[in-house]
Amino acid sequence: MSALLEITGVSKQYPGVLANDNISLTVSAGEVVALLGENGAGKSTLLKAVFGLVKPDSGEIKIGGEPIVFGDTAGIISRGVGMVHQHFQLVPVMTVAENIILGDEPKRGLFINMKAARAEIIALSKRYGLEVDPDAVIEDLPVGMQQRVEILKALRKDVKLLILDEPTAVLTPQEIDELLSVVRNLAKSGVGIVLITHKLHEVMAVADRVVVLRGGKLIGTTSPKETNEAGLAQMMVGRSVVLQVNRTEAKRGGVVLEVKGLQVRDDRKILSVKGVDFSLHKGEILGIAGVEGNGQREFVEAICGMRHREAGEVIINGVATKDLDPHGAHEAGISHVPEDREKHGLVSSYSIADNLILNQFDQEPFAKGWIRNLGEISKNALGMVEKFDIRTPSASNTASSLSGGNKQKVVVARELSEELPVLIAAQPTRGVDVGSIEFIHNQLLSARDKGAAVLLVSAELDEILSLSDRIAVMSGGKIVAIVDSKGADRNYIGRLMAGLDK
Amino acid sequence: MITLIKRRGSYYFLAVTLATLYLYSQSANITTSVFSIAVTFAMPLALAAMVGIMCERTGIVNIGIEGTLLLSSFVAFYVAIAAKSIVIGFLVAMATGVAMSLLLALMSVTWKMDQIIAGTILNILATGLTSFFYIQGNMLPNMFRQKPIPGLSNLPFFGDVLFKHGLLMYIGFVVIITLYYGLFHTPWGLRTRAVGEHPSSADTAGVSVSRMRYVNVAIAGAIGGLCGSYLVLELVGSWNRGFTAGKGFTALALMIFGRWNPMGALAAAMFFGLAQAGANQLMINGTVNIPPQFVGILPYVMTIIVLAISAGKVRPPAAEGQPYEKGQS
Repeated sequence: MSALLEITGVSKQYPGVLANDNISLTVSAGEVVALLGENGAGKSTLLKAVFGLVKPDSGEIKIGGEPIVFGDTAGIISRGVGMVHQHFQLVPVMTVAENIILGDEPKRGLFINMKAARAEIIALSKRYGLEVDPDAVIEDLPVGMQQRVEILKALRKDVKLLILDEPTAVLTPQEIDELLSVVRNLAKSGVGIVLITHKLHEVMAVADRVVVLRGGKLIGTTSPKETNEAGLAQMMVGRSVVLQVNRTEAKRGGVVLEVKGLQVRDDRKILSVKGVDFSLHKGEILGIAGVEGNGQREFVEAICGMRHREAGEVIINGVATKDLDPHGAHEAGISHVPEDREKHGLVSSYSIADNLILNQFDQEPFAKGWIRNLGEISKNALGMVEKFDIRTPSASNTASSLSGGNKQKVVVARELSEELPVLIAAQPTRGVDVGSIEFIHNQLLSARDKGAAVLLVSAELDEILSLSDRIAVMSGGKIVAIVDSKGADRNYIGRLMAGLDK
Repeated sequence: MITLIKRRGSYYFLAVTLATLYLYSQSANITTSVFSIAVTFAMPLALAAMVGIMCERTGIVNIGIEGTLLLSSFVAFYVAIAAKSIVIGFLVAMATGVAMSLLLALMSVTWKMDQIIAGTILNILATGLTSFFYIQGNMLPNMFRQKPIPGLSNLPFFGDVLFKHGLLMYIGFVVIITLYYGLFHTPWGLRTRAVGEHPSSADTAGVSVSRMRYVNVAIAGAIGGLCGSYLVLELVGSWNRGFTAGKGFTALALMIFGRWNPMGALAAAMFFGLAQAGANQLMINGTVNIPPQFVGILPYVMTIIVLAISAGKVRPPAAEGQPYEKGQS
């Protein structure tokens, strides 16, 4: 087998960080190489270097035996390197066909030959068994379908090397299985594949070789035959990680949060939560499983006072809460780890210390009347940074200087510090590395054990399964089932999420 | 949704056509002349809106259109006088427009400055330069005169309205139609829109975002130069301080009203032109007795109304105003 991609001794120094430290790696035709590493391990720098977007300080990158030229992205693409990005590189308002042909359009005279484009796309999707409608507009398609378009976009250019950057982060279990079989088929047809992911069982399922990066260094190469998930996690983090959280039996108390007939509209004014009822007890974690976009976000926002309720009641500790007021929801006893930490969780230009008291800035001891008590604020920050293992040189740095995992720790630290009766955590470990995930999971469990009623909303079924005492499955704006997590069947829940079983 | 908009558009079109037919049956001559004048009012607004469309479709907000028009019309006037050639005046005005645009591109693409500030700089620059160098009492050697197009100009109504104008008017129509087909039916247009909507998609498909932005903003500048030239060398024939009177800002409203579509903006400009030509006609006839100042403020009042109507209902190119950082998505 010939090497499609040869990386030899690549190093890249950024101010203060050695992002890549003498990394060597080869990928051959027909093999699936999984690239594992925590956030900030240097994976993206390495990939950008492969695409000529980053100039390495030293080392060489060869594609098909020929060294690449920095800045020549178009040339590198034309040599058969394709990438499916984590954030889809699709123009939302354009059609599938327009997105696929962008940059290399079939022409008739001066004009685009849309007919030829359509025919080509249909032929391409037949060849790889990835069906799409060329005239559908991207923003109307579910994410799984959008990803299919991304893959087709790469395949159209006759790829020899396909790089998949966290491709399963947004998919349902069924879609993930489909994707992994597509990956296998592509490899069989001779395409070399680099798979970047955080999910260890996918690596175990599909990879031929696993390459682990940590702190910019290549830690080791292994294969699923030689190791297991725990071994991989240990290589990634550099210490042993407990993947299976140790969950003791819940000491369930009385009902703390009760939701009755809740209906909510989304940003497009479409009814996306269509009557949700459930009750949340003291000392339990209720997991809301579901594919994203089935009303979870709107439902959480409505409970937390960030979105108008169309109908229904939210009762906390026996008291009905008012509609539309985050402050009121907080007063009523809800703490909230929002889904979008950048937008709703943090003020990124404020210091970490200020972010840690955003929900109590006007209360003692952080303020006395109109005056903020800076001493108390920084004392609190020092304690939190220590307790929650927030990795920063100083609490007076801005929140924007933190990595994703540490930003999330700031939000979690703030929301847990008050010990309110209800904790709502939406996608608490999204984009967070394995080490921080473990930490956040333990924090959620200890909040539960201290008597909080925890509502966990996550698109990661594994997270739901390992943390929840009860699991509610949300699909099409409704809770389609609530099951006890003991003995819950992964496949059954997956089918419910996809709206297959009623 | 799109079909609904299209259908609504065709209702407007039908209503205007019926009204025109009625007026035409009442008084053919006056209706024809009002429409013909309306076209001359509409063209500079439409061209200025094309400048905005070219820039915003590629992701650059250009509030410096007014400055581009002001400076290029000024240059068209004085260069035409100095060189004793309106053609040279026109060409140098286009070059001036391109230069203004390149300045905008330099500030907003290369230096990644705030684009509102960059546009304001263009406006201030143009006002300053033109005020400083303005000399009163000059005369153009000649103007772009009416050149009826043989054959077509004999058509009833349309012949007078569309085909009895000067050269720059005809060029204007060609530019608008070319832009429409270019934006929606050519590879260049697809890439331009992709850059304006989601630049990283274009970048990863091997389309250079900054090159597309530079080229399109430069083309926009040339259209701005054409617009300035039309105003001074074909429509008015003289130049004074504040000559463009806010047309560059009205154009932004027309661009929004026309949903960043060259044909939509042309229709919106035509609507403005008709309103003004109609009001003028009513005043001349003495049908309505209103002070001329009220007719004068008509374009500005209409701009406010149009923006109020379209506010919140239209969707601008998603990436406009944002400098593109390679490798960020």
